[in-house]
Amino acid sequence: MNELPQQLVNGLLLGSMYGLVAIGYTMVYGIVQLINFAHGEIFMTGAFGALTVYAYILPDGTSMWVALPLMLIGAILVAVMVAVGAERLAYRPLRNAPRLAPLITAIGLSLALQQAVWAWYPDAKSPRIFPQIGGGPFHLGNVTIQTGDIFLFVAAPISMAVLAYFVMKTRTGRGMQATAQDPDTAKLMGVNTDRIIVIAFALGATFAAVGSVAYGLKYGQIDFRMGFILGLKAFTAAVLGGIGNIYGAMLGGIVLGVAEALSTAYISDIPGMDKFGSQSWADVWAFVLLILVLLFRPQGLLGERVADRA
Amino acid sequence: MTALLEVEDLRVAYGKIEAVKGISFKVDAGEVVTLIGTNGAGKTTTLRTLSGLLKPVGGQIKFDGKSLKKIPAHQVVSLGLAHSPEGRHIFPRMTIEDNLRLGAFLRSDKQGIEKDIQRAYDLFPILGERRKQAAGTLSGGEQQMLAMGRALMSQPKLLMLDEPSMGLSPIMMQKIMATIAELKSQGTTILLVEQNAQAALSLADHGHVMEVGNIVLSGTGRDLLHDESVRKAYLGED
Repeated sequence: MNELPQQLVNGLLLGSMYGLVAIGYTMVYGIVQLINFAHGEIFMTGAFGALTVYAYILPDGTSMWVALPLMLIGAILVAVMVAVGAERLAYRPLRNAPRLAPLITAIGLSLALQQAVWAWYPDAKSPRIFPQIGGGPFHLGNVTIQTGDIFLFVAAPISMAVLAYFVMKTRTGRGMQATAQDPDTAKLMGVNTDRIIVIAFALGATFAAVGSVAYGLKYGQIDFRMGFILGLKAFTAAVLGGIGNIYGAMLGGIVLGVAEALSTAYISDIPGMDKFGSQSWADVWAFVLLILVLLFRPQGLLGERVADRA
Repeated sequence: MTALLEVEDLRVAYGKIEAVKGISFKVDAGEVVTLIGTNGAGKTTTLRTLSGLLKPVGGQIKFDGKSLKKIPAHQVVSLGLAHSPEGRHIFPRMTIEDNLRLGAFLRSDKQGIEKDIQRAYDLFPILGERRKQAAGTLSGGEQQMLAMGRALMSQPKLLMLDEPSMGLSPIMMQKIMATIAELKSQGTTILLVEQNAQAALSLADHGHVMEVGNIVLSGTGRDLLHDESVRKAYLGED
């Protein structure tokens, strides 16, 4: 039982990566009621943006302490450009189309982005090595934080704090909340809702880009398909937490991550369940958890429904 | 003196169906003008067009000397035209105070905003008592107060109120109407859309009766209140 704190921390780290990506799904959904299924690929292009900075822009042998911030900027730039471009070229023309049209567009865009990276990014037909931070793991009492997770350990809470501050305390954040709740009335208040939509896409892409760098450091390699499963997990996290609610996205991510970590650690100890505790079953348990939560709380963990009286 | 708002031959359509068929009226600074009429007469459509949410198919809208026709909805409020929409449309998951702050979205004079929030609480004490509460938990009448307070937060030259008495209890309705009278006495210019013709005409300097997209009768509030056809059609007398 001594390894419980370790498993919780593992789950927390994995989950906060899901959460960072989930923010993009939930934010865009909250404002335009669109499930941006290309968001996983926006995350993927962010990772390749970071790799580009390291492998093709910075001189060989640049210290990771110098490279990492620049890689992060590269990831954010690429992801934001892709997301804002997608909004402008693919989604905005369909703003008033039936719901299904932008959904199909999102799926098409997702495939197109995967194939574009596969076809045009140098040597991207197989996984590419992602640069690593040197040095050993980091110990907190009995808990070990792997070298590849240190970035996540620092970046995830900072990202969440920045996001909460932005949404709750800034004028644009309030405009964003207003647009999510009632776009026409938001316009009457002077909120430029078209701009808010672009900001939502850009902000979602920014956090996905932070997540993508965390992914590269955690797993050591990236590939053009990395956005698919991770995007699906992040979307699950967003639904689990209550889609449209940004705190829900983080919480959903963390719950999902912890559930996965605990399932790999403990399910095989249950008599008769020894076959079901492997890493490949973790995804199954994650979705079982989603189904259970939705069965009892269809609106997700934090997706409360305030009575809107007429 | 030129009018604050001048609407000329305004026509608005939903697809092929014309909801407003060429109406003209004006609002002078300092007066209360009301549009009355039954459901579907085109009153709400008129207000939504004035604030830019709908695009007219013809006619002119001049506000404070400028044409509003090409101005996008989110810029209208900065010209001094505030709109408290039908059905109140407060932001239900935000606090009362944040709703009021949104009314001042384009202002950056922090002190002035705080002062006006206080003014809204003075006008509607119940809002002050519940300032940290989610607006969706308020009663219908309280939500109406919030919608009006929020519209006032932009310091408008013209306040447009769409059906402020809709769905309210008689007591709450009286309160809302008394507040409108108070705003009028403070010099606020108001364009009031109402189904409650009696209440609206008693307050208004001028009134216009709308029927299926047209203005069929205009006059001072007092004249309309005593007009026989108005009494029959809208005040329930025979």
